[in-house]
This record gives sequence, C-alpha cells and structure tokens, in this order.
Amino acid sequence: MADVKKKATRESYGEALTELAEQYPELVVLDADLAAATKTGIFKKAYPDRFFDCGIAEANMMGVAAGLAAAGKIPFASTFAMFAAGRAYEIVRNSIGYPHLNVKIGATHAGISVGEDGATHQCNEDIALMRTIPGMTVIVPSDDVEAKAAGRAALDFNGPVYMRFGRLAAPILNDPATYRFELGKGITLREGKDITIVATGLMVAEAVAAAETLAAEGIDARVINIHTIKPLDKALICNAAQETGRIVTVEEHSIIGGLGSAVADCVTECCPVPVIKIGVNDEFGHSGPAVDLLRQFGLSAEHITEVVKKALGK
Amino acid sequence: MDETIKKQLQKTAVSIRMGVLTGTFHAKSGHPGGSLSIADLLTYLYFAKMNVDPRNPDMPDRDRLVLSKGHTAPALYAALAERGFFDRKELESLRHIGAMLQGHPCIQIPGVDMSSGSLGQGISAACGMALAGKLDAAPYHVYAILGDGEIEEGQVWEAAMFAAHYHLDNLTAIVDNNGLQIDGRITEVCSPEPIDEKFRAFGWYVIVLDDAHDFDKIEAAFNEAETIVDKPVAIIQKSIKGKGVSFMENQVGWHGTAPNAEQYEQGMNELRAALAELEG
Repeated sequence: MADVKKKATRESYGEALTELAEQYPELVVLDADLAAATKTGIFKKAYPDRFFDCGIAEANMMGVAAGLAAAGKIPFASTFAMFAAGRAYEIVRNSIGYPHLNVKIGATHAGISVGEDGATHQCNEDIALMRTIPGMTVIVPSDDVEAKAAGRAALDFNGPVYMRFGRLAAPILNDPATYRFELGKGITLREGKDITIVATGLMVAEAVAAAETLAAEGIDARVINIHTIKPLDKALICNAAQETGRIVTVEEHSIIGGLGSAVADCVTECCPVPVIKIGVNDEFGHSGPAVDLLRQFGLSAEHITEVVKKALGK
Repeated sequence: MDETIKKQLQKTAVSIRMGVLTGTFHAKSGHPGGSLSIADLLTYLYFAKMNVDPRNPDMPDRDRLVLSKGHTAPALYAALAERGFFDRKELESLRHIGAMLQGHPCIQIPGVDMSSGSLGQGISAACGMALAGKLDAAPYHVYAILGDGEIEEGQVWEAAMFAAHYHLDNLTAIVDNNGLQIDGRITEVCSPEPIDEKFRAFGWYVIVLDDAHDFDKIEAAFNEAETIVDKPVAIIQKSIKGKGVSFMENQVGWHGTAPNAEQYEQGMNELRAALAELEG
C-alpha cells in the first residue's frame, strides 16, 4: 500500500470541525491543553471565538460541555482517549450520558499506535467504557473520508457521541465522491463466503489487505467495516454469521469489551458461531514506534491472515 | 426588604421545609439535613430572584439553577412544586419506582435545569451554561449551589479556575456552609477551609453571608453579587444543617436519614407552629 495516501484521523477531525463550523453556528470546541495534538488547533485558528481551552482539567471540560449542550450549544470536547474516556468517565456517564445531552466527544490518540509515549497514554479500554453508557453512540472511523463523514453525522444526530480517532497516519481507503456514512450501519467492503473479518478503525485497512492475501490462497473472506460500534449493525453481523459460519474481529483495543465483545454479544443471540478476537490482549502496551508496536501486538494483515487460516484449519 | 414580602418568603420557606419532610418521610430515605439548610436560599431564588416560568420551564432566557449538591433534591423539588412546576402530590412519591422525582435531580423533571448528584459535577455544568449565555449575549444568570463538603472534590477547583478565566460574571456559586458532612465536621473529615480565601485565590469575588436564614441578609448578599462585573461570585452562606426542625439542627446523623412516623409528626408540628406564628 505504499502508493496509498495517508492521513491521521485526528487531523481529519480538526479539519472537519473547521469545515462544518459555518453551517452549524452552535458548534463550539473545547480542548484540554492538547489542541496541537488533537488537531482542534486547526479550528481554533479559524474560529478563535468558538474555541475554549479548559486547561489540563478533563473532568471539568466534560461538565462544561454538558452545560453548553443544556443551553443549546453543540460542544465538541476533545482530548486524548485516555483522559476523555478514562479520567473523565464518571463525568461523561453522569453529566452527559444520564441527561442524554448533545455533547460530541472527540477522543484522539486512541490505542497502542500512540507509540513512544507508552502504556500510560495508550488507551485500549475506551470503546469498552463508552459502550456501557446507556444512549452513548460510539464511532471509530477507519480513514480520513470516514472520519469527516462521521463528524457531520455526529452533528446531525441529537445525543451524546463518542468518536475515536488515531494519532498514526491511516491509509485512505474510501473515495470521498462515493462514500456514504450511515450511523449504525456497517459497510461490507468485500464479499466472501468462507469467513468474515469484522474490523474497525485503523484495522480496517489491515483486514482488507489480509483478505487480498487470503484470496490469492483460495480463501474467500468477507470484510466488514464497523465504524459504529454502538449501536451495532446487528442485522449485518448476524447475516455474516449465518452465511460464513465464522467471524474474526480485529481492533486496536483490548479484546475485553470492544468490537470483538460487541460482535460476540450479538451473534450469541442471533446465530452462535465461533468468534475469534484479535486485539490487545489483557495487558498494557509499552513504548516503541507505532508501526512496530502494531506488528508486535498482532495488529497486522499478516497476523490476521494467519488467524483466519488457522480458524479454517488451513 | 419589605416586611410583607419578607413574611411571605418566610412562610414559603416553612412550606418548603414541610415538603422536605414529606418527601423524605414517604421515601423512607433521602437527605433532610442539607435540604433544610438551603430552604431559605431556594425560597429567595425561586420566589424573589430568578426569572422562571412554571408554564414554560424550558424558556430559553430563563435563569438557571444547578443543584450541584444534588442529594438535597428534596428541597429543590419542594421549591419547584411550591412555585408551580408540578403538583405537590409528587413529593409523596419521591424515590418510588416509576415516580417522576428521582433520588437526585434529573433534567427531565420540569424546572430542573441539570441532572446532578455526583458531587463536584454540577458546578462545571453551570460554567458551561454561563459560557453559553455569554456566547449568545443572553440575559440569563446561572446559580450553582454547592455543599461545603462537596468542595473537597477536585473538579470544583477545575471549574473555579475555568469560571474566573472566562470572566463568567453571569455565574453565582453559593456554598452551603453548614459545617457538616456524612463522616462528621468538615474541619475534622478533610478540611476544605478557608473556603472564602480559596475562592478568592481562584479569582472569584467572595461574599460571606453570615446568616443563611435571614432574608434581609440573603437579599443584601445577592444585591451585592449583582454589582460585580468580570468575575464569578461565590456566596459562602453560613447555614444550620437541619434548620427549622429542632431535633435535626446541627446533627450530622440527619445528613442522610429519613424521619420515621413519629419524627415526621413532631417535625411537621414544629413547622405548623412556625407557620401559625408567621400568620398570627
């Protein structure tokens, strides 16, 4: 994929906010001293009067966002996933989730692809935390096109939304001319009958690459991109379970509570089939270049290919 | 303050105190102590100060109140019922299954501007509302009521920093300084004092209201608050936990205990007597 254009979804997020600001006058942006990293700095530069730095105080930032929303604004509260979903969890639950306020949380630097900063900043638990909050929508875009579309969809949706963005440049898979984002609807990127690979975020490109390798070896793998983990596209997942009989999930997140768990919960009810979860196992990350870490933790097309073959006994 | 108005407010406050006892008695749980200590404050705000309309609870330019010390919801509910936001009968089903009145304030209840109850969070939401008011150049004011124990939460000070930084002079925080929290005296549990100096150091204008049960003094404090520009105002109100019900006054045990039938009767009799005296 050397010739594919790449962009980090956090950058897409910052750009999307800026592009949408004119059309949505109620849109305001909050950050917690990370505007340069979360890329809300792009928005700050264009709309300084609608940007509010809360300082290094994520709990208060989420509460301020709740108050803004209660008074009719559409706040996008941004910080690293670790602090948005982790540190501020209880505020997100009680001040945003419980009153079901129209707050959008833009969480960047999710997963181990944070890289060198190491375990303290590599949040592999945010999807699990956020999907337990009643009424919370959880979106994990896979590329630039999807991230921007997700930002707009979140704006058009009335209610709390958690959006997960990455630090690492991700290959741009989708064509902006034809791409259509529908909240809660998965996208079948490749048809297949032998097995289904369900991926989210940065892992979607790896899943597609794995499916190409598998095809060359005579294995027909379906690939589904689940950009909305909650509400999950149950019909699409159940259909895949019925038609392919096996599912492999791939996410840059703990295998506990994330995409894999959501998919397993779903098929357990509608069509119990083996679900093999690829993700970060029950362990902390560590420092290192993002690309090397992803490979080391098995978050690569090569590893997906191996797991699929093993699942099919090949 | 005009004597007729004052007397009316005093009567309303007694009525709200009765609502606190009614709610907690029927719920067989809840927090009467800190509810009674803010009864006069809520009376003043809802009956003499705030621009609200019970027929239009979501009026965009209404003044807003966030009960950051959300466990004292019985007082807020009693005040809202008294003001006509919903029927007083609702107080009797407080905390019951299927009831509108939840154990802690819930935004879906008419007149409640923010869900609250997990301490330290309401003040942040109040900051957000005040900021929205500034952005819209709206005429409304935002009030947040905090407990003196509540301000042990670190988030309160994050919010305090934010409010001063953004010059939220449309925000008034009232700290209900009754001196008691669940585990004992605030000075013995993990002292938040000196409260006034802390808020001052965080860039707030501070008013110490030395008797939170005297309407002349309450009015004077809010009148002074209204003159402050460019800064948020903190009113530290010295109150008596359990105020108005003799056996509950200054008793930490009444923080989170409901009166039994006998105690309820005794308390209600005291309040009825207080009302009769005001009417006499």
